[in-house]
Amino acid sequence: MRPLLEVAGLVTHFATPRGVVRAVDGVDFTLQAGETLGVVGESGCGKSVLARTLMGLLPRAPYTINAGSARFMQGGVDRDLLRMSEVQLREVRGRSIAMVFQDPLTSLNPVLPVWRQIVQVLQQHSDLGRKAAQDRAIELLEQVNIPAPRQRAHDYPHQLSGGMRQRVVIAIALACNPQLLIADEPTTALDVTVQAQILELLRSLQVQHRMALILISHNLGVVAGMCDRVAVMYAGRIVEQARVDALFATPRMRYTEALLRAIPQLAAPSHAPLHVIGGAPPSLLATPRGCRFAPRCQYVLPNCSSQEPPLTAASEHQHYACWNPVIHAQVSDGQVSDGR
Amino acid sequence: MRRILRGLPAIIAVLAAVSMISFALVAFLPGDLALLMLGDSATPETVAVARRELGLDRPLYARYLLWLGNALQGDFGNSARSGQPVIDAILERLPVTLELMLLTITLSLLLSIPLGVWTGYRREGMTDRVVLSLSMVFVSMPSFLMGVLLVYFVALQLQWLPATGFIPLSESVVGNLQSMVLPVLALALHDVPVYLRVLRSDIIQTLQQNFILLARAMGLPTAKILMRNALRPASLNLVTTVGLGVGRLLGGALTIEVLFGLPGLGQLLIESIYQKEYLVMQAIVLFVAVGFVLINLLVDVLYVLLDPRLREEHA
Amino acid sequence: MTLQRLFGLVLPVTWLLFALTCVIAAPWLPLSDPLYQDLLKMLEKPGAALWFGADSLGRDVLARSVYGLRVTFIVSVGSVALGFVVGGSLGLLAGYFRGNVERYIMAGNNVLLAFPPLILAVAMMAYPGAAVPKLILVLGLVVSSAFTRISRVNTLRFAQQEFVMAAKAMGMRDLRIMLVEIVPNLLNPLLVFALLGVALAAVAEGTLSFLGLSVPPPTPTLGNMIGSEVSSLREAPHAVFFPAAVLFLTIFSLNRVGEYIQRKLDVRESAV
Repeated sequence: MRPLLEVAGLVTHFATPRGVVRAVDGVDFTLQAGETLGVVGESGCGKSVLARTLMGLLPRAPYTINAGSARFMQGGVDRDLLRMSEVQLREVRGRSIAMVFQDPLTSLNPVLPVWRQIVQVLQQHSDLGRKAAQDRAIELLEQVNIPAPRQRAHDYPHQLSGGMRQRVVIAIALACNPQLLIADEPTTALDVTVQAQILELLRSLQVQHRMALILISHNLGVVAGMCDRVAVMYAGRIVEQARVDALFATPRMRYTEALLRAIPQLAAPSHAPLHVIGGAPPSLLATPRGCRFAPRCQYVLPNCSSQEPPLTAASEHQHYACWNPVIHAQVSDGQVSDGR
Repeated sequence: MRRILRGLPAIIAVLAAVSMISFALVAFLPGDLALLMLGDSATPETVAVARRELGLDRPLYARYLLWLGNALQGDFGNSARSGQPVIDAILERLPVTLELMLLTITLSLLLSIPLGVWTGYRREGMTDRVVLSLSMVFVSMPSFLMGVLLVYFVALQLQWLPATGFIPLSESVVGNLQSMVLPVLALALHDVPVYLRVLRSDIIQTLQQNFILLARAMGLPTAKILMRNALRPASLNLVTTVGLGVGRLLGGALTIEVLFGLPGLGQLLIESIYQKEYLVMQAIVLFVAVGFVLINLLVDVLYVLLDPRLREEHA
Repeated sequence: MTLQRLFGLVLPVTWLLFALTCVIAAPWLPLSDPLYQDLLKMLEKPGAALWFGADSLGRDVLARSVYGLRVTFIVSVGSVALGFVVGGSLGLLAGYFRGNVERYIMAGNNVLLAFPPLILAVAMMAYPGAAVPKLILVLGLVVSSAFTRISRVNTLRFAQQEFVMAAKAMGMRDLRIMLVEIVPNLLNPLLVFALLGVALAAVAEGTLSFLGLSVPPPTPTLGNMIGSEVSSLREAPHAVFFPAAVLFLTIFSLNRVGEYIQRKLDVRESAV
């Protein structure tokens, strides 16, 4: 099965007066149709830049320097998103690949009613007449579980609650039945109770429409419940990529391990100190030699600061980049293998 | 609608204050008002009649109320020289000034909106640099200077358009428009840079918002994004500025009417000062100020229409 | 030196300094009498003897331009100074004391703002009296409304900050607080506007004198020179263009310097 999206050696650098910012520095992954990939990492690790690079939303050269490829399968033909012109990309955006951003309030135009914002996208990518587009818009609002859609359609964004706004944003994204949805921190700006609803909604829509989903988040909990596979990003690179259960049960790369440990445990005693990862991510202007996590790693070896660890396979579906990975005892049912 | 009703008392208060000031302008002129207006050739009888009509022997507040009462009925007295009712003189001249203002605002917006959007979108581009440099020059040129320059180059040197003279609409539409081209241009070129800069700055801010990024992410073409999505939220400051610009226009229009010989309210105002036709002057000041207040009221209404966040109907 | 800096700052400042010097030193400069009419030289083109040429009554345009510019400076600086003091104080009082004081002051300001700027000025020129003081008073009044607004907004900003509350807690009298704590902070934004205000006032003076409502002839003002010579525009453009150029250069330079200062102060504030 040809993958829906095949990213190889993706690089996004920004040429700034202070030097070159290596926001995304060589990323590889593939995505099958209908699959959910989670991209996790701290702020500034490059996950948002990655998403915007795929959509071609970054300012053009010479400010932005790209390399590598991102082959997207559209209608049986795969083309490289990075090599497409603005005109070609406009065909892809909204129609084949859609995006949902973090803050629903600022994602919607404050002066246009909700229906108009959906219809705008519909009319751009289809031949629907005004009436038909309006009806379809109301259908979409229904699909995202907005009560009384016919009335709500005439509301303005500021009249809706945060959760409802995000549903509208999702409705806009789904308008033309895209094959891939990129959700950049879709629940971060929402209340915890609403977060679960939105994720549930995304899940069911994904199944309904057989849509692939790239879920970007800094919240491992969100990722655990939603994704088939997870890629952990650090300082512009993917440092570990695995099936979700493997990642959580047997993380290999030390950064992944640290992230998992940093999640506060409900069962821990009340005064247990929080595990934090000391230090801060490196500046993307001057990435350190060797493993980028080395300065903050508890298990650092002399090798780590001089040589960049290559991507090693722990199993067919788990890859990591670490000189001193976590060693897991082999479990008798053979489910988890020891990857040294 | 409710907003207007709520703001009504404040507006009425302002209008009342405006009327008092307009009245005071003339009432406090030193000397005997009647004598001043009628001039040296007046006979004692005519002066006495005028004094009675103006109520000059009554206390100040009574005079004010008398004047206000008449004004509300449209009676501003009669011209001391021609005997023509002041209101007639004003209504005669009003259409010309209105036409001038309307054409000027239209031209200003026709030029500044596209340029403002474009230079906001393509900052630091060629167009932006040229437009900004020109703006700085035009903004520093008072309308009458611009008018003089236009007259010199267009009318005298190139002889494309007449230098002065006004042809009313009733006579010939083409002639009327021709005689308005230079005056309107002189006024508009001064306002365009101001509107343009306000819009440009708001467009730059609006374009940085997330919903614009989303529109791009959904594949909408640039033109649609600029005109349908960015322009409306970015036009609030522009609307305010245009509202104030109308006020400035009234001042600038004075000089333009005088320079180009257009028989409008501005020209009438200047004449009335020279001819000591104080009743006329008073009436014009009142008219113009009231008009300005109403226009700013309109601006407030437009605000609410443009930005639904300002509406308070829904909870 | 980039082109932008040249036109943006160097030339304007140079012109302003030059113009100011000429205007102040006018009585001692070797200028001909601006009022002297040499009818033999009517509308003479600019040449060796008359650098700016002569106007329709044979008067030296150069001398008249210098004295006209003098009026422009006196009126614009004077009116802005008046507006600065009056408007600044009113705004300070309104922003500091709030309550009814603020309400009355701002209501009055709003009434003032309800009049299109020049209309009031034009009407008030109908009053008798010497032109220059009248102009300063009238334009100062009109300009003060903007100063009141700026002063009030900035007073509100500072009056709520902690060092003011600390001063109050120490029992400082209101007047002292206002003078010592708040006024120094107000100076920045007010001065920034003042420079642009001088440009606006210069435009207003030019407009009024063009309409013949400023200093009466034969005293020259840039505006009335343009106004009276417009009729001979075809034969003798120099009589109109030299005063026009002087006026334009002055307003342009004031605007540029004002904007430069505004940018500099804005940057400093945002860094804070």
